[in-house]
Amino acid sequence: MTHDTTAHHIVSYGRLVTVWLALLALTGLTVWVAHHNVGIGHVWGSLAIACLKSGLVVTFFMHMKYEGRLLRWLLFMALVTLAIFIGLTFFDVLYR
Amino acid sequence: MTTAQPTPASFWNDTGKTGITSWIFSTDHKRIGLLYFYSTFGFFLVGVLLGLTLRLKLIAPGLTFIGPATYNAVFTVHGVVMIFLFIIPGMPGAFGNLIMPIQIGARDVAFPRLNLFSWWLYIIGAAIVLTSLFTGGGPPDTGWTFYVPFSARTGTNVSLAVLGVFTVGFSSILTGLNFVTTIHRLRADGMTWGRLPLFVWSIYATAWVQVLATPILGITLVLIMAERILGTGLFDPARGGDPIMYQHLFWIYSHPAVYIMILPAMGVISDVIPVFARKPVFGYKMIAFSSLAIAAAGSLVWGHHMFTSGMSDTAILVFSFLTFVVAIPSAIKVFNWVSTLYKGSISLEAPMLFALSFILLFSIGGLTGLILGAAATNIHVHDTHFVVGHFHYVMFGGTGFAFFSAMHYWLPKFYGRTYAEKPAIVAWALMFTGFNILYFSMMVLGLKGMPRRYYNYLPEFAPLNLVSTIGSWILAIGLVIMLVNLFRGLFRGEPVGSNPWGGATLEWSVPTPPPTENFEEEPVVTHGPYDYSKAGVP
Amino acid sequence: MNHAAHKDYGGAKLGMWLFLFTELLLFGGLFLLYAVYLSRYPHEFTAAGRDMHVGFGTLNTVILITSSLLAAMAVTAIQRNERRKVLFLLGGTILCAAIFLFNKYLEWSAEIGNGIYPNSPRLASGPPGESVFYSLYYLTVGLHGLHVLVGGTLLAVVAVRVKRGTVHSGDFVLLENGALYWHLVDLVWIFIFPLYYLIL
Repeated sequence: MTHDTTAHHIVSYGRLVTVWLALLALTGLTVWVAHHNVGIGHVWGSLAIACLKSGLVVTFFMHMKYEGRLLRWLLFMALVTLAIFIGLTFFDVLYR
Repeated sequence: MTTAQPTPASFWNDTGKTGITSWIFSTDHKRIGLLYFYSTFGFFLVGVLLGLTLRLKLIAPGLTFIGPATYNAVFTVHGVVMIFLFIIPGMPGAFGNLIMPIQIGARDVAFPRLNLFSWWLYIIGAAIVLTSLFTGGGPPDTGWTFYVPFSARTGTNVSLAVLGVFTVGFSSILTGLNFVTTIHRLRADGMTWGRLPLFVWSIYATAWVQVLATPILGITLVLIMAERILGTGLFDPARGGDPIMYQHLFWIYSHPAVYIMILPAMGVISDVIPVFARKPVFGYKMIAFSSLAIAAAGSLVWGHHMFTSGMSDTAILVFSFLTFVVAIPSAIKVFNWVSTLYKGSISLEAPMLFALSFILLFSIGGLTGLILGAAATNIHVHDTHFVVGHFHYVMFGGTGFAFFSAMHYWLPKFYGRTYAEKPAIVAWALMFTGFNILYFSMMVLGLKGMPRRYYNYLPEFAPLNLVSTIGSWILAIGLVIMLVNLFRGLFRGEPVGSNPWGGATLEWSVPTPPPTENFEEEPVVTHGPYDYSKAGVP
Repeated sequence: MNHAAHKDYGGAKLGMWLFLFTELLLFGGLFLLYAVYLSRYPHEFTAAGRDMHVGFGTLNTVILITSSLLAAMAVTAIQRNERRKVLFLLGGTILCAAIFLFNKYLEWSAEIGNGIYPNSPRLASGPPGESVFYSLYYLTVGLHGLHVLVGGTLLAVVAVRVKRGTVHSGDFVLLENGALYWHLVDLVWIFIFPLYYLIL
């Protein structure tokens, strides 16, 4: 039986609150950016900030920082899969 | 559950629980595997009857003993039942459950209660699908692909049928999740990734496709219900929607789904051929790698179902190219199986006959897949019987025959009794003959221009249609002989020992039938799965 | 063979993450459609985006982020054997979920009152891209709301087990997995918010 050697990493309340404050700040930033950038270009900016926010949630709230390589690779593969589905569809949508 | 009790102290009776509730609420992967086997195979037989009905209608042009609406319903339900209620759940659910945990040296899967829940979801989903046939507007008539706009507008019971498929899909997801975790976490000491039987590798690759692709089916089915019930109009051009987007979403799942169908089948072949050739498999690493490569590359090619849909030329080019790429790992497997046979000591019992014919039939299906994958030739054969012939060669000649091989190879282990070899060979011969007559004719008809899913056809197609239908009867007779022989053997045949075939994988090292716990002590693995030296074979 | 019911903590967590991947792809299908239709109807999407209630959206974003904090803190608390704190934090998370859903109810009541819902006469007579935007909005946010409800219920079940003592500092994978599910709910909203409310 594979033995579980994952130490139960405990994330301190302080660190969690810090992440929360960062998330609130990024939320404010994304609202500000939306109101000061007219046009579709800022979609990428919003998405970038959203990726940053979700990165923080995954890393600290979901403990990914303290998990093994396997789980990180699997998450990466799942994201790549979704990206491929969207990307290949755009070979159709963009070139009609 | 059975009439003849096998040898004492096995999973059939060693927990002291033997009534029907002890089976349908069991968390033992072996009991769940048999539950899946009987339910999925039961639906296979329903699908066969529907298929025979279709072939009867098509035996001559102009027949009207079933009306056009009924005809549409019959081919739709034939597809839905065969694909969603037999092939996709069958191989992972039945043989994945029965065999994989023992092959990795585990006591059970990672989440046994989730495993039981998966089977119940399958049953509930199947019940919903069956209900949709007899209520409301009647059975769906859209084809199993539920294309918009027709599926959004038809008065038949699409929403309910689609809900049933959604439920079955959820079952598939949970099974995949369970199997990935099991293979990562529960391998016995010494069972390294490099010593896993190739059947386990194939189940692993399949499980990933189940986890990553099936959710897209889930959302697509929800979108059909939303179109019908809420009027969301996301695929309705009059309201800004794009029907081709439905096809993208549908095939993003349904193409990888065919790899859910074929990968476990290939895994069976990879396990059977070395045993019956008494030779270690040629190119173990390449076969294992190819399983993963097929799963990965197979997720990139869905657009080859859409060459005539109105998709962009760029997409056509990209998807056609990628389709050729995915043929490569499949071909690697075929070469490796054949190389395993070379200079082997081959014995032609039923499992091997089905496995060998798999190689031929799958190759024909695969090669015709290249004709379909090349965009230029696809235009000529899309939506003709050529496609019908192609996918029956891979799904029936491939997965179906592998399923029959697995039945003869493994079921005696779980029943403690075995079938008679001679009738099995006769049955195989009839099935192989009938199969080729039935489906090769279709490919010729398709090339000549006979469309699929049409209620009638031109008189010039009549002779080959007659031939094809006769082939279906020969196949059916062989199937009946096979089943009577197999089940008579399992319930009343000669007893078998723990290793009737001389296999070197762990399932042959446990008693026949296996005890509930599988192993008295957790095994320590010291050799590979195809090591037929004395030390290797238990 | 050891017949004692041993629990595989790592396996349970792996299983939960795999389930989260399936949720990612489930919503992914809807985001795929969004991406495609955004590229096709950029002006109608921005026009519709401007009509969205940014106030509600921002408030709900803050609520979910806070609920995620509370859920993460609950995991820390159970690891430190601070049982009462766990219950307090889980209660806070569930309260946030309830407020989120209540806000949604207010927001949707207003929009439906204004004749904005799938297949409404107002949308049917408007530009096609606008109807597509709102259909996607209702489907995505609706599916997300369903997950908020499920997640909240799940955490309530976990809270009951914490109170009973079956989930404790020696065996808390159920809480951890429940919190993981909750974070997914937050993650999906992190993408819904800019795509539907800030597409101005």
